[in-house]
Amino acid sequence: MAAQQFKNPVVNWIDRRLPIFTMMHHEYNEYMMPRNANYWWSFGALAMVVLITMIVTGIFLAMNYTAHTSMAFESVERIMRDVNYGWLLRYIHMNGASMFFIVVYIHMFRGLYYGSYKTPRELLWMIGVVILLLMMATAFMGYVLPWGQMSFWGATVITNLFSAFPFVGDPIVTWLWGGFSVDNPTLNRFFALHFVLPFVILGVVILHVAALHVTGSNNPLGIEPKGPQDTVPFNPYLTVKDGFALGIFLIFFAAFVFFNPNYLGHPDNYIPANPLVTPAHIVPEWYFLPFYAILRAVPDKLGGVLLMFGAIAVLFVLPWLDTSKVRSTKFRPLYKPFYYILMADCVVLGYIGSQPPEGIYVLIGQLATAYYFLHFLVLTPLIGKIERPRPLPASISESVLKGGGRFPAGATAKPMEKA
Amino acid sequence: MRAMRTAFIAAGLALGLTGVLGVPGSARAAEAVHLPEVSFSHEGIFGTFDRGSAQRGFQVYKEVCAACHSMRLVSYRNLAELGFNEDEVKAIAAQYEVTAGPNDQGEMFQRPAVAADRFKSPFPNDQAARASNNGALPPDLSLMAKARVGGEKYIYGLLTGYEEAPAEVTVPDGQYYNKYFPGHLLGMPPILQPDGVTYADGTPATVEQMAHDVATFLTWAAEPNLEARKQMGIKVILFLLVFTGMMYAVKRKVWADVH
Repeated sequence: MAAQQFKNPVVNWIDRRLPIFTMMHHEYNEYMMPRNANYWWSFGALAMVVLITMIVTGIFLAMNYTAHTSMAFESVERIMRDVNYGWLLRYIHMNGASMFFIVVYIHMFRGLYYGSYKTPRELLWMIGVVILLLMMATAFMGYVLPWGQMSFWGATVITNLFSAFPFVGDPIVTWLWGGFSVDNPTLNRFFALHFVLPFVILGVVILHVAALHVTGSNNPLGIEPKGPQDTVPFNPYLTVKDGFALGIFLIFFAAFVFFNPNYLGHPDNYIPANPLVTPAHIVPEWYFLPFYAILRAVPDKLGGVLLMFGAIAVLFVLPWLDTSKVRSTKFRPLYKPFYYILMADCVVLGYIGSQPPEGIYVLIGQLATAYYFLHFLVLTPLIGKIERPRPLPASISESVLKGGGRFPAGATAKPMEKA
Repeated sequence: MRAMRTAFIAAGLALGLTGVLGVPGSARAAEAVHLPEVSFSHEGIFGTFDRGSAQRGFQVYKEVCAACHSMRLVSYRNLAELGFNEDEVKAIAAQYEVTAGPNDQGEMFQRPAVAADRFKSPFPNDQAARASNNGALPPDLSLMAKARVGGEKYIYGLLTGYEEAPAEVTVPDGQYYNKYFPGHLLGMPPILQPDGVTYADGTPATVEQMAHDVATFLTWAAEPNLEARKQMGIKVILFLLVFTGMMYAVKRKVWADVH
């Protein structure tokens, strides 16, 4: 990247010695986005905003939180009652976790639809799956911190999963707990990890963005940009577009925070943890429900645990499971219905995860779990082989402008002149 | 993609609407019996606490519930938010003796409570509470309005929901049948009786009235910042609407030469 000239002499002075401004200019000003990227592409930026929000609110919450079994619950209530705007910090943080998963799940389904995981973006996708895993670990440990009934029993159920592994299982669980039950050492280490993991996530997100800026963004057509006529510079085009998307998203976010902050939570977590009283139904947060359903799909504990981890593992190898030559589902008539069926399947799994494991729910859960793996392990490779994709357009600009754009096809989209 | 977009927007709107309006989600509805249709002034995005009702609710708590139930997270000073003035708060606090200390001689001693003290608990510890209540532990009420499915409606329902047990249910000694309690058998007797308290403002103390007042009071206790939260929320949403509208206009302008 060529060194940039900046108007501000101080910026110039720094930049010649440490080209961070050139780097930012390169990555966020001139970065070329396919001009046809739709609003589904805004969810990456939204996820970044939520991550920063979570880190900032989290740091201030940590300043007022006490990680001890006898004080954690009350320290959270002190934040809610006596810390200035503590209720706001906590409600943003608590709902922010849900918002993060909403945004990231949409981001992932966008990647699935448009084949964003396919070559040359395999590593980009895999880094994204790592972020998802880290998010799940962080969210789980964060939910334990208020030390309510669901915190305690959720922690007990989830950590106990590791005991399913033969021979090493029980020692692993003891090691995770720092003792022989979920207790103060567990809470302390969860707090330490919950504090540090978001910064790990931030680091991996930077890798995610770095990898993205090597391959460039995918787009709804799934064909590579052929020249400047197919792209627009990130700034101002995508900054304003993502800014608009952010506004819509923040309205959605604020509606929860200010008008129904406990809707996505569970009332039992306002009861202090009690190791002697088990709640009637132990349910994880909504964003874990599909995985919880997969966990309970088989009567065997080890099998359930392996299936649950397998549900994420298939995402890792998805770039090699998909045999289609074409990225975008737009041009894949045979695959398209199966994409929507998978989406519905995930919703069904989420619903099953929220229900007690009895009667018809067990059978539906098993079928939905089977279908989830069937989709990735059988349908995805098979359809790619037998499908005849629709013809791809020659270029992005041709496809975009054929509806009667202002430019003749092939003309250069000149970036707006910005002072 | 259109179908996907429509599905997402529909799902998002549904989630957002139910979130804002507080329609119970399906995950929750499963375990709840139908709670009574009762409305509160603090509901809705413009809702505020009915101060008169909350004060009466405090009176019911003080004279009835507090015999068994603690409210450890609430301080006497918080009552100022319900419209009690400083002297009234001090006078309320001074009715209670709390243990303080140790003093210079190393002795614990009794002193009248001050506004900064937490509500005095009826029992020194959970064991004492169980010993006095047939082994049942009366739960702390500070967060009750957030710790039960249905919130204040559940509280109202529980307090008004005592009835004769159906013939097939045998009610053990020391337990009572309540149609809203999960499992229906609870150790708390139907403690609210008509005119069990005498309201200073002359409101007739029916069971329904007292239950409604207590539910209002407990909602305030569980969520004292509810009014500040909703009022800020309206400003935030208004700001965001303007911000989003402007971003949309800017976006249209910037993209005008590309489309």
